[in-house]
Amino acid sequence: MSGDSKAGFIGDEKLSADRRIDRWIRRVFFGCAALTIVTTVAIFLVLFDNAANYFFGARITELLAGATLDRQVSFTEFFTGTRWAPSHAYPSHGVLQIVWGTTVITVGAAFISIPVGTATALYLAEYADPSTRNRLKPILELLAGIPTIVYGFFAVSFVTPVFVDGIATYIVRPIGRAVHWIGTALPSTVGVAGSEVAIGATLIGAGEAMMAQYVGRYSMLAGIIVVGIMTIPMVSSISEDAMQAVPDDLRDGAYALGATKMDVSLGIVIPAAASGILASYVLAVSRAIGETMAVTLAAGFNANITFNPFEEIMTMTAYMVSMARGEAAVGTVEYQSLFAVGLVLFLLTLLMNVVNDLLKRRFQEAYR
Amino acid sequence: MKRTEANPMTDLTSQTSQPDAERTPTRTDPDPALIADDLSVYYGEEQALGGVSMEIPERRVTAIIGPSGCGKSTFLRSINRMNDRVPGCRVTGRLDFHGKNVYDANVDPVALRRRIGQVFQAPNPFPKSIYDNVAYGLRVQGRDDEVDMDAEVERALRGSALWEEVEGQLDASGLELSGGQQQRLCIARAIAPDPEVLLMDEPTSALDPVAEAKIEDLITELAEEYTVVIVTHNMQQAARISDQTAVFLTGGELVEIDDTDRVFSNPADQRVEDYITGKFG
Ligand SMILES: Nc1ncnc2c1ncn2[C@@H]1O[C@H](COP(=O)(O)OP(=O)(O)OP(=O)(O)O)[C@@H](O)[C@H]1O
Ligand SMILES: [Mg+2]
Repeated sequence: MSGDSKAGFIGDEKLSADRRIDRWIRRVFFGCAALTIVTTVAIFLVLFDNAANYFFGARITELLAGATLDRQVSFTEFFTGTRWAPSHAYPSHGVLQIVWGTTVITVGAAFISIPVGTATALYLAEYADPSTRNRLKPILELLAGIPTIVYGFFAVSFVTPVFVDGIATYIVRPIGRAVHWIGTALPSTVGVAGSEVAIGATLIGAGEAMMAQYVGRYSMLAGIIVVGIMTIPMVSSISEDAMQAVPDDLRDGAYALGATKMDVSLGIVIPAAASGILASYVLAVSRAIGETMAVTLAAGFNANITFNPFEEIMTMTAYMVSMARGEAAVGTVEYQSLFAVGLVLFLLTLLMNVVNDLLKRRFQEAYR
Repeated sequence: MKRTEANPMTDLTSQTSQPDAERTPTRTDPDPALIADDLSVYYGEEQALGGVSMEIPERRVTAIIGPSGCGKSTFLRSINRMNDRVPGCRVTGRLDFHGKNVYDANVDPVALRRRIGQVFQAPNPFPKSIYDNVAYGLRVQGRDDEVDMDAEVERALRGSALWEEVEGQLDASGLELSGGQQQRLCIARAIAPDPEVLLMDEPTSALDPVAEAKIEDLITELAEEYTVVIVTHNMQQAARISDQTAVFLTGGELVEIDDTDRVFSNPADQRVEDYITGKFG
């Protein structure tokens, strides 16, 4: 007994009570972590089950219980068809049309958010003096926190009527008129190296097409701009954190060799922070893929595979919004299409996560 | 505030005029490469360097010693204007390099740093290949077209006594080397663009004794071609490798500068003697 008390590491009532609490805390924390995993799995199962209903006319559970397969929508039609109109009198289920909508918005937005966001991050991390940075950073973070519906209003009230319409009215149509005028002045066709080349006629055609550009309530370009602007703070904020984390030692080493600010930014900081910078790009792209409110208000509801930035298009998310609040009855093919599209969206986002993981492994923070 | 009046120039000249002087003529004629004249540095309101005046002879090793916080690094950084990177840092007085005050308005610090290289306390190789580390200086200086880069990289690595160890693995990351090798890589990186002056801020303090000895030998060799200014906390090191020693004391004051032997054997200032014998600092 006296030996026990002398040892001093046997523990006492108080300590063992603390240890019990420790074990409980551990269980509670694990429960919270498990909750997110269970939710993710559950969402995936619901999507999968309902998508099965869409393709096979029966849920997985029903199929297991012996329901017969009743192909409603073939995979071929779904993945290769080019008309998406599940609720139409003559329905058609080519998902490519809305996959195109999402893709063009995402890629277009990336062309805005990645360069602008990276440049902003470089400015904040490498060029701005500390007081400027401390004033600008909160503003950027505020921009990231604005509800997406507000960006939607921004699109409806400013981007489309002022900016996109301005481009159509003051740039595209005048250029079209000029091209048309040049076309009329040139001979319709010219013989070049033995073959006839339609010069004048082509220019007249192009000019007429450009002169016909009017912007309605919705346009692809407005969607791209709004989603692009919306995702800038994500790129800039996360990239800037990654750049800040690059040890100053490396900068000192480069500056001491007579490097300029640009040399250091492009040659030292960006490569050393590559993993974080790429992660910010992937995050911005994921966000653009899943973006709903703003893009619906900006780009519209007309499924359409087009390259014309002034036309209305529909993204997968916009389709899901319109279908979920439409009149289709639960269980009908058109209603179930919601889940098939949702599943595609889910898989796309999952793919982005995998890409992110691969990039992370490839570009480990090199300076560690 | 007593400051020694000894002229390091004459001392060094007389000291080195020995029989072997003819074989190494460059060592008999040490023009000052750098002259500090009442150089003070302030961080905000706080003065870190108090009116330092000294000459740094060409192709010699000048050691700077002194207790922690006495402004040794500050002095070094004010030579190649790395202090410009510190917000709130202000410099008064002159620092002449080839007779031109580096703080004149028309001096471009980037151009200045291309002629004054620096090696830092902790090895800081870039997360790039060994080759790219060494080539970096020449590349950012836009000289990669006018030189044979492979040859320059080899020359610099030989100059820093690293060539034998890395010859077959120039594509390996500089971060895969040991600490001592990394520091020699940083020296190679600093000498590759062939600067005139090499500033070294405690270059061996993060290294083991073997690596330290290698770098000390290297510094002695480098001094045949370069003007070396080295900050060190290690007095034996200063005594071993330097020709001239400057002692800074708290407050950023230069209290003694003289030929190294004399500073260590017979310092003029009592505080320096106390510092060197470990009674103070
Ligand atoms: N970036 C900075 N901002 C503000 N004060 C600084 C800065 N760098 C150095 N100082 C101050 O200037 C004084 C001199 O610092 P310095 O780094 O030159 O000392 P040192 O002699 O190199 O010391 P050590 O031997 O510890 O490296 C110190 O009081 C330090 O606190
Ligand atoms: Mg220091």
